[in-house]
Amino acid sequence: MSAIHLFVAAALARSYARVAWLFRSRVWMVQETVLPVLAVSAFAYSYKAMAAPPEYTGLVVLGATMTTFWLNVLWGMGAALYWERDSGNLELFVMSPAPMMGVLTGMALGGMTTTTVRATVIAVAGVLLFDVAIQPTSWPLLGLIFLLTLSALYGLGMMFASVFLRWGREAWHLVNLLQEPIYLLTGTNFPVAAIFPTAVAAAATLIPLTAGMDAMRQVLFRTPGIFDVWVEVALLAVLSVVFLVTARWLLARLERRAREEGKLTVRWQ
Amino acid sequence: MDDTPAIRTENLTRTYRLPRRRWGKAPGPDAPAEFTALAGVTLDVRPGELFGLLGPNGAGKTTLIKILTTLLAPTSGTARVSGLDVVSQARRIRPFINMVSGGESSGYGILTVRENLWLFARMYGVPTALAHDRIDRMLGVVGLTEKAGSRVSHLSTGQRQKMNFCRGFITDPTVLFLDEPTLGLDVTSARAIRVFVRQWMAEDPARTLLLTTHYMAEADELCDRLAIIDRGKVLACDTPGSLKKKVQEFPIFELSLAPGSGGWAELGKLAGVHTSTAVEGPEGVAVKVALREEPAIGAVVQALASGGAHILSLKKVEPTLEDVFIELVGHGLADATESPGTVVPGLRTTSQ
Repeated sequence: MSAIHLFVAAALARSYARVAWLFRSRVWMVQETVLPVLAVSAFAYSYKAMAAPPEYTGLVVLGATMTTFWLNVLWGMGAALYWERDSGNLELFVMSPAPMMGVLTGMALGGMTTTTVRATVIAVAGVLLFDVAIQPTSWPLLGLIFLLTLSALYGLGMMFASVFLRWGREAWHLVNLLQEPIYLLTGTNFPVAAIFPTAVAAAATLIPLTAGMDAMRQVLFRTPGIFDVWVEVALLAVLSVVFLVTARWLLARLERRAREEGKLTVRWQ
Repeated sequence: MDDTPAIRTENLTRTYRLPRRRWGKAPGPDAPAEFTALAGVTLDVRPGELFGLLGPNGAGKTTLIKILTTLLAPTSGTARVSGLDVVSQARRIRPFINMVSGGESSGYGILTVRENLWLFARMYGVPTALAHDRIDRMLGVVGLTEKAGSRVSHLSTGQRQKMNFCRGFITDPTVLFLDEPTLGLDVTSARAIRVFVRQWMAEDPARTLLLTTHYMAEADELCDRLAIIDRGKVLACDTPGSLKKKVQEFPIFELSLAPGSGGWAELGKLAGVHTSTAVEGPEGVAVKVALREEPAIGAVVQALASGGAHILSLKKVEPTLEDVFIELVGHGLADATESPGTVVPGLRTTSQ
């Protein structure tokens, strides 16, 4: 079997476990859709009470939808290899001929699929509940931005996965610490361009969620953005490549370090 | 057949840095900074061989397997699998090896047994149809066919272990590592697994299997050769028969005599007898004689007969691997805390 076939086989096989989880464990229905919709409600009613422009409610719905992906990247992808090690699967993957990037890609594909279902539920509920008007300038452009955002986000998640494997709980605490500042910088519930100084907003676009949401908001609600949509599209494409290449490099490097330090397995005797 | 060893290690050493406390009380000045799991292990395993590693907990068996399966880098020395270096040529080794650890908890609880096995088979590029054929066969071997559609989270520990055993074989490895494969399994399942392992080895002479086990009888029954390892060092390496011969200086016979039998008290004075012990009880006399030469048993029987003894049974005592282990390590596998120097009667006591 060629290297590409093995990569694809590993990715699809690993994604299968995540997708199966979606259909067999229904706890997520309440926890991961109802709660975000409640959070959206709080902001939506606040904006209405303040007589904010109607597209602000749309911004919040989109923010909650995309945050689902962010949380999946942060915890689902970031902690993926860490949990695989603790459950004894990581050593089986490393020992197999399957490329670890294939396994990580499988986790990402599985994560994207399951999160897309959850995000869709949140988006549909938000649009219907708060009567959000959607008039995109271009559906294909919206689709392109969405795919590039996911690509950059999950590339970042693959990087996190390697870092978590190496630094374990320390990485965990760091990500925990950064969670709220990231929410602030990505503008989950407000338009970044309208609030932050230009320099801060521009720097924040290095977080793919910021650039992705800003571009999608421009297309969906025609609100002013940090940069022109196409600049943000280009930025997302560059971030995707940079994150994926870095993830590959980090994974190889940290796997080698983990082998030297005996951190690929839990049992060391 | 290619004479490249299936497994070769030379002066293989692995040390682990022991964790230092970052907060609170600092470790004492005498606290060791590292732990040596393997200390210069040199081994050759031939292609087609079922090779055993026997040793107590902490002997370094699992560390050795982790290195050979490319999961752990050695601190020094070299390890090769089918002539390929485990560090620099790991990617070339991985397609033809596999490993099963007893008591491992791998797998996804949300997936069924069949799905789990399929998932890991795909990591080796095994086509789906072939994977399912092999899964069916292996589930039959371990008696898990009825559980093929059950979620792994619903399996008992033993059933999960059987599933993992299957995982090791469905990729059809050339070199397989079994780390305590029957640990905690019931007698019937363990026996079925041993029978299968023998059969699997016989099916293809190119297959090599490295087995670690706590069970002496299992090692004795299965292994073509075995190494006894303790504290990271190989103490002996040979066939089970040769290892046993090495620790038995004199052939030993046990005789059971009917109550009231005579003639046994003077056995020690016979020319061919090295030592003789006897324990008299209400059910008769149990005699154990160590002979200088095996044919001297004839003189022993004659002496007993002429002394009026009625011999109920006579058997030659073969040393066990347990005896070999105790001789080399200083204690049995089951009693790791027992004081060293426990010696089975009739076995030579050589210093190491």
